[in-house]
Amino acid sequence: MKGIEELLRQHPFVQGLEDDIVRMIAGCAKNVVFQVNQYVFREADAADNFYIIRHGTVALEMFVPGRGPFTFLTVKSGEILGADWLVPPYRCSFDARAVELTRAIAFDATCLRDKCETDHHIGYEMMKRFIPPLVRQLQTARFQSLEIYDDDKLQSE
Amino acid sequence: MMMTSSRASDANTAALDPMTPRFLPVTRRIRETADTVSLEIATGDSGDGASGFRPGQFNMLYAYGVGEIPVSISGDPAVTDRMVHTVRSVGPVSEALAKLKRGDVVGVRGPFGSSWPLAEAAGFDVLVIAGGIGLAPVRPVLYHLLKRRAAYGRTALLYGARSQQDILYDKQLDVWRRTPDFQVRVTLNHAEREWTGDVGHVTGLLGKVRFDPADTIAMVCGPEVMLRSTALALMDSGVPAERIFISMERNMKCATGFCGHCQFGPYFICKDGAVFRYDHVRDLLTIREL
Repeated sequence: MKGIEELLRQHPFVQGLEDDIVRMIAGCAKNVVFQVNQYVFREADAADNFYIIRHGTVALEMFVPGRGPFTFLTVKSGEILGADWLVPPYRCSFDARAVELTRAIAFDATCLRDKCETDHHIGYEMMKRFIPPLVRQLQTARFQSLEIYDDDKLQSE
Repeated sequence: MMMTSSRASDANTAALDPMTPRFLPVTRRIRETADTVSLEIATGDSGDGASGFRPGQFNMLYAYGVGEIPVSISGDPAVTDRMVHTVRSVGPVSEALAKLKRGDVVGVRGPFGSSWPLAEAAGFDVLVIAGGIGLAPVRPVLYHLLKRRAAYGRTALLYGARSQQDILYDKQLDVWRRTPDFQVRVTLNHAEREWTGDVGHVTGLLGKVRFDPADTIAMVCGPEVMLRSTALALMDSGVPAERIFISMERNMKCATGFCGHCQFGPYFICKDGAVFRYDHVRDLLTIREL
C-alpha cells in the first residue's frame, strides 16, 4: 500500500513543494474514500478537514427548500475541496456529495493551520496553492450569478 | 398571419437581390428546449449546391408581417436541399418564427457573413467551444469535423449551458459522446441531483480534454462575456491569439454592410464577421461604447 507521503506527491496540489514541507503536512493527512452519494460534509458542519481529490467527482450543493439540492460546482481529480476551514468560524457553508466513488486525502484542518501559523514559510507555500483555485471558483461564481447563457444578443431583435 | 407554401414559388422568382427575401416552406419543426426550436426549411436546391452555405454563416429570417432577424444556420453544410435554423424565442420576431409549423412559409435572405476557418484548421487539433444557444452556429463545424475526422488532429466540443433543461441538441450530444476519437464535455451553471457531469464555467473544461495548445485552432461562440473569458483562458493555456476565432453578434439589420447598425470599430459584423480572428478584434472588445 502506498504511504500517504507518496500519494501526496502524486497530486498536483503539492507539485513543486519542498520535500520537508510535504513530509510536515503529511503528518496532518489521511487517506479517505467516499462511496457514490455519500456526503463528504454537510452545510453547517464544523469545517474540520480540507481535501485534495485523488480520483472521483464531488458535487458542491445548496439545498433549496421546495426544489431540492442544486449543484453549483463540481470538483474532480487533481482539484481541492473545502475553503471554510481557512477562516473562522470554520463552518461548512455548503454540502459536498461524492457523485462517483471518490478517493481523497483529508487534512486535519487544525493540524494544518497550526503548522502554517508556526512556520510562515509553510503557510505561504500553502496559501500560494489555495488561492488560485479559490479565485477560479470566485470567477465561476461571477459568471453563474450573471446567468451569461441567458444573454440573447445571439438573436438581435 | 403567415404566408402559405403556395405563394412561395411566385415570391422566389424575384429573389436574386440580397435585400429581397426568398419565401421558403418550413418542412420540419423540432422542439429543442422549452423556448427553442429548430426549423428545417426547404431551399429548392436541385442538388447543384447553389443553396449551400459555409459553416458560421447566417440568414436573415423574416416572419411575415412581424419582422426580420439574423439567425445562424445550424444544420449540416453537406445537405443543400434543406437548411436548419435554431431559434430561441426571446422577442416578437423570434417568437413568431418559433411558432411556425410545417407548411408555413418564412422569408429568407442570405447566407451572409464570414465562416469558421475549417480549411485552415486541417492538420490542427480543433477545440469547438460554445455557450448557451451559441452551440447552434458551431453545429455545422461539428458535422464537418466528424465527416472528415482524419483531416484533423484531436477534436473536442466544450459546451456550457444554464441547466440540464437548456442543453441544445441533447440527443445528438449523446451520439457524439459515443463517437470514437471525439471528445465532448458539457458543463452547467447549476444542476439538479440526477446530473453527473460537470458544473461550472466552460473554461473549466479546458483542463479536461486532450489537445496540444501550440497546434490548436479554437472556434468559440456564445455570449460576449463568455467569448472574452474563453479567449483569455485559451491563451493562458498556450493557444496563440491568431488561432482563436470567435463569432460576434450585434444588431444586424441589412446584413450587407449598408445600414451600419452592426458597426464594430472598422468592421461591420454582418459583412466582415460574424466570425473574426480574435487578435483582429481583441482590442475592440474592451471598448465598452462599441
